[in-house]
Amino acid sequence: MGRKLLLEHINVPGINTFDVYRSKGGYAAVEKALKTLTPDEVVEEVKKSGLRGRGGAGFPTGMKWSFLAKPEGVARYLVCNADESEPGTFKDRYLMTYIPHLLIEGMIVASFALGAKTSYIYVRGEMMPQIRILERAIAEAKAKGFLGKNILGTGYDLELYVQPGGGAYICGEETALLESLEGKRGNPRIKPPFPAIAGLYGCPTVVNNVESIAAVVPIINEGGEEYAKIGIGRSTGTKLISAGGNVAKPGVYEIELGLPVEDFLYSPEYCGGIANGKRLKAVVAGGSSVPILPANLFLKTIAGDGRLMSYESLSEGGFTSGTMMGSGGFIAFDEDQCIVRNTWNFARFYHHESCGQCSPCREGTGWMEKVLHRLEYGHGKMSDMDLLVDVSKKIEGNTICPLGDAAAWPVASAIRHFRDEFEWHVTNGAEATTRNYGLAHYADPLPKPEPAPAAV
Amino acid sequence: MLRVEDLQTTSVEFSAGLIAKFDDVVSRYPEGKQKSALLPILHLVQAEFGWVSPNAMEKVADYLSIQHVEVFEVATFYTMYLLKPQGKYFLEVCRTGPCCLVGAEKIMDYIEQKLGVKEGEVTADGLFSWRGVECLAACGFGPVLQISPEYTFYENLTPEKVDKLVADLTAQAKN
Repeated sequence: MGRKLLLEHINVPGINTFDVYRSKGGYAAVEKALKTLTPDEVVEEVKKSGLRGRGGAGFPTGMKWSFLAKPEGVARYLVCNADESEPGTFKDRYLMTYIPHLLIEGMIVASFALGAKTSYIYVRGEMMPQIRILERAIAEAKAKGFLGKNILGTGYDLELYVQPGGGAYICGEETALLESLEGKRGNPRIKPPFPAIAGLYGCPTVVNNVESIAAVVPIINEGGEEYAKIGIGRSTGTKLISAGGNVAKPGVYEIELGLPVEDFLYSPEYCGGIANGKRLKAVVAGGSSVPILPANLFLKTIAGDGRLMSYESLSEGGFTSGTMMGSGGFIAFDEDQCIVRNTWNFARFYHHESCGQCSPCREGTGWMEKVLHRLEYGHGKMSDMDLLVDVSKKIEGNTICPLGDAAAWPVASAIRHFRDEFEWHVTNGAEATTRNYGLAHYADPLPKPEPAPAAV
Repeated sequence: MLRVEDLQTTSVEFSAGLIAKFDDVVSRYPEGKQKSALLPILHLVQAEFGWVSPNAMEKVADYLSIQHVEVFEVATFYTMYLLKPQGKYFLEVCRTGPCCLVGAEKIMDYIEQKLGVKEGEVTADGLFSWRGVECLAACGFGPVLQISPEYTFYENLTPEKVDKLVADLTAQAKN
């Protein structure tokens, strides 16, 4: 049983209200930070914790904070990225729905550390119910003196607002998010300058994911060094994993980083194995953008070591035989799933969500979708696989923001690991529209677990 | 797509109550940065009128003291803003990978058959329309759909749940 730092009280009835949250030790981090620490000391604790951005890129949060420019007389902003849209990821929705005050508390501490007087939580527009939940929580916190003027008599002022997006995946990219918050189309900005120098309204700005901000609360409560003791190597602390697809028990799980992937996938405490007694074919470990791995490579590295749920272990082998932690969007594919169809589906997603600013992404995602569509529907050619790899290479690294890479990687990795399944779609076009290729050699090498004994 | 001839066809008036909501949104941003209110205000307009008409876009631009085109380009970029009227209940079904692993495509087929209209079309009684949308960030509970204007969320969909949902909403509309 791993430690729970974020979701420890998630099942307490009424934890979404201020009073219950407070009775469980909530807002202690605000009191500790504002009354006993300086802003720089808060930044220092976060640096010591080794916390890495939980939105996908994994950049150290404390370091990001320390880059913030602090010119005299210029406002600084903290913006929380709650534009959760990465297919496979739903942890931020969960956190905001059930324990909204954890995010509010983290926002107050982080805003204090950065010297922000106004902060925004940019929530994807589709999450209107969560927007209403957050607005209610903010009103409660304000009524209790944790927001507004002179918080807890410390002289620190903070206003916190919720901003709805408009339904665009691209706004999860931090500069697109800032454009959107300024009331514009979500076209990512050319960097540098980075938001730490010129962000919202041209002012120094930090943009952090919901989970990263929430993690600041236990870091301040327990101290950065204590937090860093959890986890393994440079993957410190706990991480929320959104488990979906064909796992037996989908949901959001908080794990200590470094948990063996076998435990995460098969233990009844977490995913509980594959649904309906089927076998595992493939896994997307960190949201749709990261490379897909066949079951055998996911469970064990090329060297034969069992993989761990950590930034380093998941990326072991590079893109040849590894993947990425990403945002923690864990998608399991059972033996009945078609890799070609799923790759086409993801390509359609990126084509739909490309903002259209850079030609390689705007045009390339469309071509990949079309070629994959013809492969899936039995009209593909043997040359299509090389064509797809070629297109993906011409997108990757040639765009302003990482959406281009995110579109290229799933296609390139699917062909790298499942080329025979793509080829089968070409040679057996008609058959491929009626049945799936099956497990082939990708199968998870583990024996089927014994059926659980009947309850007595 | 927005057509030039649409610009003249629909006229809307913003009530004092709606304008008060706009004012509240604008107060969240620094002086002179009222354009930040654009996305939230377009949501308010859509909740009020069911869609964002060209005429409404012009009025929003005038309210925010920005160019009309600044509103058009935003309203057409973000997929949540509906550029033509939809059914009273607009069902948006997630069609992205993880939901498809657990049967989203079958649910979309079922909805099409149940409502008797294709994606983007409105039923004869004006009550329903539907479309497939990209990931709604609820991948562990798929298949999922949301219904605007409240964005009520329905998880782990089955044909039976869709039947009940449509029956409930039809009854609700009659009361």
